[in-house]
Amino acid sequence: MSTGVSYNDQGGAEAAVEAGQESTPTSSSTGAAFGLFSADFKKNEDLKEMLESNKESLKLEAMKRIVGLIAKGKSASELFPAVVKNVASKNIELKKLVYVYLVRYAEKQQDLALLSISTFQRALKDPNQFIRASALRVLSSIRVPIIVPIMMLAIKEAAADLSPYVRKTSAHAIQKLYSLDPDQKEQLIEVIEKLLKDKSTLVAGSVVMAFEEVCPDRIDLIHKNYRKLCNLLVDVEEWGQVVIISMLTRYARTQFTSPWTEVRGAEFDENKAFYDSDSEEKKDQTEAKPYVMDPDHRLLLRNTKPLLQSRNTAVVMAVAQLYWHLAPKHEVSIVTKSLVRLLRSHREVQYIVLQNIATMSIQRKGMFEPFIKSFYVRSTDATHIKTLKLEILTNLANEANISTILREFQTYVKSQDKAFAAATIQAIGRCATNISEVTDTCLNGLVLLLSNRDETVVAESIVVIKKLLQTQPTQHGDIIKHMAKLFDNVTVPMARASILWLMGEYCEKVPKIAPDVLRKMAKTFTAEEDIVKLQTVNLAAKLYLTNSKQTKLLTQYILNLGKYDQNYDIRDRTRFIRQLIVPNEKSGALSKYARRILLAPKPAPGLESAFKDRDRYQLGTLSHSLNLKATGYQELPDWPAVAPDQSVRNVEIVEPCPCVCTESGSESEEESSEDSEKTSSDSGKSSSGSEKSSSESESDQKKKKKTKKAPQKKSKPAGDRYTEIPAVCHSLKHCLFSQNDSKKPTFRTSGISLFYMSFQVTTSSFGPLKTYELLHHMTGKGLSAKYHFPRQPCLFQPSMVAVQVILTNSSDHALEEIHIGDQSPASLNIHCFNTIERLEPGASVTVSMGIDFSDSTQAANFQLCTKEDQFSVSIQPAVGELLMASTMTEQDFCKEQGKLQGMNETSATITMATANASRQAINKQVLSVANVGEVPSSQNNFSRFAGQTVSSRALVLVSLELSESSGALLTINTEKSVMASMLLQDLKQAFAQA
Amino acid sequence: MIHSLFVINHLGDIFLEKHWKSVISRSVCDYFFEAREKAVDPENVPPVLQTPHHYLISIYRGKLFFLSVIQTEVPPLFVIEFLHRVADTFQDYFGECSESVISDNVVIVYELLEEMLDNGFPLATESNVLKEMIRPPNILRSVVNTLTGTTVSAEIQGVIEACVKLSGMPDLTMSFMNPRLLDDVSFHPCVRFRRWESERVLSFIPPDGNFTLMTYHISSQNLVAIPVYVKQSISFFEAGSCGRLDITIGPKQTMGKTVEDLKVTVHMPKAVLNANLTASQGNYTYDFTTKLLVWDIGKLNPQKLPNLRGSLSMQTGVPNPEENPSLNIDLKIQQLAISGLKVSRLDMYGETYKPFKGVKYVTKAGKFQVRT
Repeated sequence: MSTGVSYNDQGGAEAAVEAGQESTPTSSSTGAAFGLFSADFKKNEDLKEMLESNKESLKLEAMKRIVGLIAKGKSASELFPAVVKNVASKNIELKKLVYVYLVRYAEKQQDLALLSISTFQRALKDPNQFIRASALRVLSSIRVPIIVPIMMLAIKEAAADLSPYVRKTSAHAIQKLYSLDPDQKEQLIEVIEKLLKDKSTLVAGSVVMAFEEVCPDRIDLIHKNYRKLCNLLVDVEEWGQVVIISMLTRYARTQFTSPWTEVRGAEFDENKAFYDSDSEEKKDQTEAKPYVMDPDHRLLLRNTKPLLQSRNTAVVMAVAQLYWHLAPKHEVSIVTKSLVRLLRSHREVQYIVLQNIATMSIQRKGMFEPFIKSFYVRSTDATHIKTLKLEILTNLANEANISTILREFQTYVKSQDKAFAAATIQAIGRCATNISEVTDTCLNGLVLLLSNRDETVVAESIVVIKKLLQTQPTQHGDIIKHMAKLFDNVTVPMARASILWLMGEYCEKVPKIAPDVLRKMAKTFTAEEDIVKLQTVNLAAKLYLTNSKQTKLLTQYILNLGKYDQNYDIRDRTRFIRQLIVPNEKSGALSKYARRILLAPKPAPGLESAFKDRDRYQLGTLSHSLNLKATGYQELPDWPAVAPDQSVRNVEIVEPCPCVCTESGSESEEESSEDSEKTSSDSGKSSSGSEKSSSESESDQKKKKKTKKAPQKKSKPAGDRYTEIPAVCHSLKHCLFSQNDSKKPTFRTSGISLFYMSFQVTTSSFGPLKTYELLHHMTGKGLSAKYHFPRQPCLFQPSMVAVQVILTNSSDHALEEIHIGDQSPASLNIHCFNTIERLEPGASVTVSMGIDFSDSTQAANFQLCTKEDQFSVSIQPAVGELLMASTMTEQDFCKEQGKLQGMNETSATITMATANASRQAINKQVLSVANVGEVPSSQNNFSRFAGQTVSSRALVLVSLELSESSGALLTINTEKSVMASMLLQDLKQAFAQA
Repeated sequence: MIHSLFVINHLGDIFLEKHWKSVISRSVCDYFFEAREKAVDPENVPPVLQTPHHYLISIYRGKLFFLSVIQTEVPPLFVIEFLHRVADTFQDYFGECSESVISDNVVIVYELLEEMLDNGFPLATESNVLKEMIRPPNILRSVVNTLTGTTVSAEIQGVIEACVKLSGMPDLTMSFMNPRLLDDVSFHPCVRFRRWESERVLSFIPPDGNFTLMTYHISSQNLVAIPVYVKQSISFFEAGSCGRLDITIGPKQTMGKTVEDLKVTVHMPKAVLNANLTASQGNYTYDFTTKLLVWDIGKLNPQKLPNLRGSLSMQTGVPNPEENPSLNIDLKIQQLAISGLKVSRLDMYGETYKPFKGVKYVTKAGKFQVRT
């Protein structure tokens, strides 16, 4: 019906036109619209002509008008054939509009829609990523079941696309296909599994969304990606953050044990109902061992915390609910401030946040008490906001603040919004029952309100007073009398019923008044509302039992009236009461107990919060907001009693990378290398540089052994995991820290170009960690600096080489404001580390930098500054560090090598030390010199390695052919011939050494 | 997640609809209209509604309802935040967010909505990203090296709005004289959280154009200096069905700056029929239907304090209102941030040109309400 109404409302003659158009097939018969309709028919005809013309501008104009029609919700489906022809148009603007049309109507015109499919299939192969993405978007949005196989294929291909933007689109397409054909589930899960492994922040949010929609129960797919997701989180776009956080909340509840066990005590007993299952575990757990938080659990909490500062309210709420459901109790309160901040946002945001605070404040008063003023009601607040604030104020009330709150409530009672005033009175009632100190004050206040002019206020007061009196009936005869006097003036049924109930319940306290009230009721009985009638019958029955002399006739009269009442409840009640109180031969044994039944002492009603039971839903959800289970709501599981296997989250690292080893291990390594260096430099201050470097390489060798040993030791037993994780976190912290700084491009270039770096580059190729000295502590006045190349892709900019600098303070005083000053050459692109505010004596800190060497070994000179001093230092990279390892197959290698012949080839015959002849030894030597990846080789006497230069991405191919004697032919193929010869030199040297 | 969007004007006409999945009939809005009717005031419509098969989440912005249809569980704030982002984008593109503007630019609106959401999940919501894909109407595209930061502080809550027009990839660092004042902050995603945590400086690579860099809250321990004081007396007499009103406003702690755009708004009780007042400065209007008394003062002159007095005529036979109306006061002080927050410096790295920098402090009254 409203459809019609709203169309007509659109005003004027045009409305009729539109109405006619809306129902094309039938409306030709509706006479009134007919004349106009034909005109309109012409209008569409003319659109058709325009579409079929040769002029782009006309076509565009037509499409614009058609989109206008669609936007207004009017049908333009008869133009489908004319529109679909333009799907292959070269004009982007036009094409976009055709897509809009197609997505809207394809479902209705399936056969015609198939005509467009081939265009999309072609576009899916386009070199431009945006065209590929938009083709997939439209293709997957066409809800035509016939093309399901085509969609499936397209999704699979797009999921392996090089562009993260296209992969993101494929994640979206998964959901679309799933809703079109749920039978594809298994295949789609495979794609999801693949995309979950994706390292791009652009994809993460979308694929988790697809996961949630298609297979939220396949928790096992998350294990391996859990840590990655935690670490990527800060850099994922805001909407993805919300989805990931809510998925991880659920995940954490299945994988970790409750952090609430240890501190559980008196505080939690009151919440028993909610934590029931936990308290059962309590006994055996507390006895067993003290709670230790899983490091992965901690990782999640730590990595979500900064998002509390997000400008996106949904993200803040998501983090808040995560903390509420996952954090140890004493940590939850860090979300308070952020939630209170959201209260200054839009009205709708306030509404949702207040709902959640209302639920939280029931269990945890302390969290919000300091912010009580934020919940004061303003006269301009919308009604639902006011009610929620009132609810929260009531929840927060305690002995200490009740006087302030009551004073605030007094203002509200006077509000012009009477519904709100009534709600305030309810709130006062709840405060009075909860805090016994103020019960009397509240009661007196409410009695005063009984003389209020406004009826709703009076009525509400009566209802609340009734409830309060029930809790302590003894001393309040006066109030009951007062209310009896008011009775004639009160018209609100609920209030009248409440007074009648009070009279009946305490009729012995007001023996004179009660019968009189009954008398009045007998007169007006027929005109009363049902609830009043019921209470009148109750009152009559009770008086009959206590004071039958005065009221016998009245009671019979009322019972007779009730017997013939229109409402069957009342007839029913009357019949029951009569049997119960009036003794006759039929009434059984029950009438003997009539007095005990009717006048039994009744427990006082508890005045409870309306949000009491909302905590069964996860906070922040739609279900919580509506207080009912929404479609697709997923229960938040309870903590498991025993944590499932924790090692499932371990990610295998094929070849251990030096920086991912135990923290203790790496520290001791650093120390030891420092030690050895110190001794070498101390002992041989005057000794030559060559000596020093040899001692360094010695220490390197030592380290190599160590790192090789370390992983073997700890890979197997699960217990060792605890020592392993911090290291992962530690190294990831670097990534995170640095990723933070790489934010920018997501905004400037739609976040696409940046992510190309993942192309075929293996993240961590094995290479021994060579540490170089940057600044000696003697020249650095106590500050010493060493650096090494971690051989990971640099996260600041893909063209930069990652450098890790270890700064150590060997002086006896703290160094402040350590930062990077002037750089030379000026064109040099260095990503500095953030200023270190303070470095205590003896402490050391590792920071990450990125330097764009532009594929040259020219040193990067810069100044390392402290608050007082400046030291010129320089980093000179070995040529091998300017490379990134690539993986490729032998065939690819040979193919690429074929392209890089002639000038691009440098080769030399080298002599090898016999110790270096084995394959392992060759690998070790090559990798120690250059960051390249080994290419699997089918020939035994051939070793091949591939890499690319960091800045310009030029391929560097190294091959080594062993000859019979101790010689070998070393060939390097690359466009960068200077680099090739330098690399050749370095390799030659390495192999010559035993 | 978000299935469909309907934009509805204050008369209840649906003038725009967009579906991201299959089409949902607009009759679903009937449930909304029902709630709208019940709420009387458009602001009182509950933002989340339930219908037999769908859930409706709506926002009310600039006399328009943005109503989204949801079919399955989703965080409601997610949808609300997104809808506001849509309205913000329209504002950004067309200068305002009204029915006429949306209807006039329906093609751009549609293209925007298409880009902002894919299959109901937000795709591109950042203004500068959208502007790269969809050109705003009549845009002046000039690359000027200017940067202006505006600090708008209201009560104890403020925002830093930035207007950045810098070419290349500038890396900016903004520091404050007194960052300790800031109690609670939230940032635009371009700001590096860690840097703020460790050093209390804002380090960011800005998107182009206007954006809100940061919103902050000054801890309530620092007492807020309210820049004006109000002396008012409003009384209603039982006899003669009339009342008297007398309001005077004077400056307090304005640090020598002038208070501008001073405006007092009073929601009168229903019984007040008319107001017969004289203002020593500015104009007043009384809207009989909405019971809204607006006194537009303008600049506050400390020598001659503005005063509004006179009588109110009341409906006879109606009991006097028991509560006096509260006064809402709007004001603005240029070149002063009442919070005392001061920008210390703004540095640019990563680009070699010299940018133009400027900062403007403004104090505005947010929700300044005087209870009488």
